[in-house]
This record gives sequence, structure tokens and C-alpha cells, in this order.
Amino acid sequence: MRPHEQRIAQHLHRRARWRWSEIAFWIAVVVIVFVIPSRASLINEILVNGLFALSLDLILGLAGVVSLGHAAFLGVGAYAAGILAAQGLDDPTLGLLVGGLFGGVLGLVTAPLLLRGSDLTRLMVTLGVSLMFGEIANRASWLTGGADGLEFTMGKVLGLFPIGFTGQRNAALYSLVVLFVLFVLARRIRQSPFGLSLTAVRENRLRAGALGIATHRRIIGVYAISAAYAGVAGALLAQTTAIASLDLFDFHRSADVMLMLIIGGAGYLYGGIIGAALFVVLRDFIASATPQYWEFWIGLLLVVLVLTGRDRVSALVLRAARTIMPNSLKQGGSA
Amino acid sequence: MTAPALEARGLVRQFGGLLATDDVSFQLAPGARQALIGPNGAGKTTLINLLTGVIKPSQGAVLLDGEDITALASYDRVRRGLARTFQINQLFPDMSPIESIGLAISERHHGGADFWRVAGGRRDIAEEVEELLTTFGLIDRMDEPTRFLPYGKQRLLEIALALACKPRVLLLDEPAAGVPEDERHDILRALAALPGDVAILLIEHDMDLVFNFATRISVLVAGRLLCEGAPKDIAQDPRVRAVYLGEDAHG
Repeated sequence: MRPHEQRIAQHLHRRARWRWSEIAFWIAVVVIVFVIPSRASLINEILVNGLFALSLDLILGLAGVVSLGHAAFLGVGAYAAGILAAQGLDDPTLGLLVGGLFGGVLGLVTAPLLLRGSDLTRLMVTLGVSLMFGEIANRASWLTGGADGLEFTMGKVLGLFPIGFTGQRNAALYSLVVLFVLFVLARRIRQSPFGLSLTAVRENRLRAGALGIATHRRIIGVYAISAAYAGVAGALLAQTTAIASLDLFDFHRSADVMLMLIIGGAGYLYGGIIGAALFVVLRDFIASATPQYWEFWIGLLLVVLVLTGRDRVSALVLRAARTIMPNSLKQGGSA
Repeated sequence: MTAPALEARGLVRQFGGLLATDDVSFQLAPGARQALIGPNGAGKTTLINLLTGVIKPSQGAVLLDGEDITALASYDRVRRGLARTFQINQLFPDMSPIESIGLAISERHHGGADFWRVAGGRRDIAEEVEELLTTFGLIDRMDEPTRFLPYGKQRLLEIALALACKPRVLLLDEPAAGVPEDERHDILRALAALPGDVAILLIEHDMDLVFNFATRISVLVAGRLLCEGAPKDIAQDPRVRAVYLGEDAHG
């Protein structure tokens, strides 16, 4: 045994350990789902959007690839699951798999478009792809139901638990389980040598290539995984609301999910879920007070966050919280 | 006779009207300690980029251990044993030296394709990381983000990362560039300690370093190889003195 080997192995391994703050986070989410059943529909929206934002985090946070067209995968996943259910194959798990598969294949096919050019190129290419797929779904109304959307009913999860209709707690629980499973997988990917190589590609693509990393292939790989995640999110959204509609392809979906991720913080995987919660709750809260102006406040939050940096904002909030409640918040979890 | 570790055959590279590399041919024997010198704008960096595959030559071929690698992408060349360092630090600012080196080693072992295993689970990788960190004097800063390391340590990490790829040929692009005088000996020591079986091509402006390190020197002027030979011959070559060394230079 060499003198520093233990420390080196621990250092390489350090992000893989579950921290208390993480365990507390997930317990809190479970508690919330059970404690406020009256807001189950809102909670479900948060969880599904959290999964969608997690999918964006895989490419933006891990690999540094920007996208303004992630809604394409959300929509394709939703319609894949919806059409399947409408044809009588209404097993939810099958729907998720097929939604993820369609999202992933579409991601794999379009990823090579992202390898050249600048961030602006990538924003425009991803936006263009999502516009194209939205229009294809619109034109293929025989398959997608066109502007009317596609309605269907779902079977029981694993043949045991009915998802129920919108607003029921079962839907939120189902979304929570799917989110958690995919989160654990994403967490594992982030800590693997593959995830480490994505960090390297993000931080210095030139050097990553000089270490023998096939940077293009890594980006295509993670983009396909991310698109599959978005496809599952779309399938989940369709299943828990029993409808797939064309607005899933809308530009605002892609923009909103980017907002959620930036508000919550990219790169550590929890940011998407936290951002989705803030975004949805804030919208719900402000919209009931001043229905027209809620986007003003979201906009303000975004500007403040991006200009001052998230670390400073959260430090400020933490300090303010400590002043108000000096005893209850002693060095809280370090998320 | 064994094939040269690295060989350039008639390399030509044109940028528009500019002939940046003009019919360059040379050989690097296995385990060689060779230097490439030349005035600013001679095309040294272009030549490195041609050899490593960052840019493709307009004409000519690059051979590694006698095998034509001209068509290979740069990361494929690395996997076959051709590594390089950069004149301007190309590191991962938010990753620690442990992570950076660990990544390079794990890429070499597995091609980084496995996304299920957790990084750091393997003992042999941790052992190799420690060996490199010790050799390059990086142990005491090994778990800090690279951007907090002093410049001299970052220069050492540059070389350590390249060496983590276990190359048979190593191209060092001005390893001492910008290193303050009192930290220079660390670089010199690191260069002297490089494994003897690795063929090294050193691109450098610092003549002390070149004449200390190299047993053979090639001179590149205006994209062409002017001459090649032992250090003492190069130092006395009137053409080299005229274009590069100047009358009061070393030797």
C-alpha cells in the first residue's frame, strides 16, 4: 500500500457517496407528496418538469452543450407513449420505455448536427429541429390528433396501481418513482469515468482530445441519453395527464426548461428539480395574485441569478435565514 | 533496423497563400531526445498540429512505428502512443490533478466507454495516479481544483497528463514557457526524469534547456527544415547562427 493511495481513491470516489443533505432532500419530496394531496397535480407537474430539466442537465450541466429545442424529445416521447396507449397498449412501463426509445433515437440521429460551430449555432440548430418536429406532428394529424390533441386511457402501473386521472396522488407518486430511478442512474453516470470524461470535454475539449478521448462520440452519446430522458419525461407527462398535445413541441417548453435548470443550477443534477419546483410554485403563487405579471418576477429572478451568480444569492439567503432563526440553521446541507 | 518511432514524410501545409509547412521530412528514433528550434513564425506549432492530427496536411504522411497514421483522428493517435503537451496550458480548471490524471489513465485502460462503474474503484488506477503525482511533485496540491495551482505546478501537470497516456512518442511544446526563473529547475528535473524508452521531440525557445536536454537538434525556418544534427554542430553552423542564434548566442 502506498502512502497516498487511500486518499487518492477516496478523492476519486467522493462524489459517489450519498450525502445526508441528499437523503434529506428525497425524504422531503416523499413527505410533500403525501402531506399535501390537494396539490398533487401541481406536485406532479414539478416532478415531470424536474425530470425534463434533469435531462437538459445531462447535456448542459455535464457536457456543456446548449439546447433550445429539448421540447422536440418531450413531444416525441409523449406522442410515442400516447399513440401506443391509444392503440390499446396501455401498460405505463411499456409507454415509458417506448417514449424513451423514440426520444433517444431522435437524439442519436440529430446529435451529429451539434458537433460543429458555436453555442449560437447549437441553439439555432436545436430550435430548428424542434420546430420541424412540431410541424410534422401537426401535419400528421391522422396519427397525432392534430390540434385537438390525442386522448387515451392508461392501464395500471405494473398491472397493480391505477395512475388515475389528473390531480390524484397516485400520478404524483408514479412520477416520483420514475424520477428517482432515473435520477439515481444519472447520478451514477455523472460519477463514472464516462461522466468524468464529459466534464473534461466541457472544460477543455482540446485537451480532452489530447488525452485520447473521442470527444465527438462522447457528446453524441450523452446527447442521446439526454434525449431519452426527455422522451421518458414526455411519456410521463402524457400518461399522468391522459393527453398528448401539440404545445409539447412549443418553443416556450424548451425555454422554460432552460430557465428551470439555470434557476436551480446546472451540473449537480438537483438543480433541475429545485428549479422546476421554484418555477412552478412561483408561477402558481404569483399567478393567483397578479395573473398577468408572473413572468415579470420570473424574469427578474433570472436576471438577478445570472448577473450576481447563484453562489452569492444562496449565501445571502442562508445568511438572512440565520439572522432570522439563529439556532435552527447551523451549517445546513451543502447542496 | 527498427522503424523510427515517429516519421514525417514530405509534409506540406498551405493556409491560403501561406506555405506554413514546406516539405518537411524527419525521423525520431525510439527513445530519442530531439529538439526542434526555429525563430518565431517558423511553423513549429503548425508542424506539431500536423503530427498530432489537429490539422490535416495538404501533402505528405505521418508514420508512427512505421504505420501510416495520416488519416487517423488526433484521439486515435493518442491511443496509439503519440501524446503532446501544449505551449499554453490546456488543463481542466475545475478538476483536481487527481481527477485529471485519473481520467487520462482510465481512458487508456477502458476507452472511457463504461458509464456504470464508479470512478476511483480500481486500485491499479489509484496506484498509477500516485506514481505520477509523486514524480511531478504534485502530491501536496493533488486534491485542489487545478485553477488554484501555481503556474509552475500547472506546467508540470501538463507533462504529467501527457505521460499518463503512456506514450511512446511525446511532443513537448515549450514546456518551460512563462515559468519564472526560480521554478525552472523543477521543469528541467521533470524533463530529465522522463522515461528513457519514450521518444521525445522538444520544441523550445530556451537555448539552455535545448542544449541541456537534446542529443539531436532540428532547425525549422520559414516552414522548411534548414538542418539537423548534434547540438555542437548546430551551434556552430553558420546558417543557423545567421537566421536564429545571433552572434552572441549559446555555444
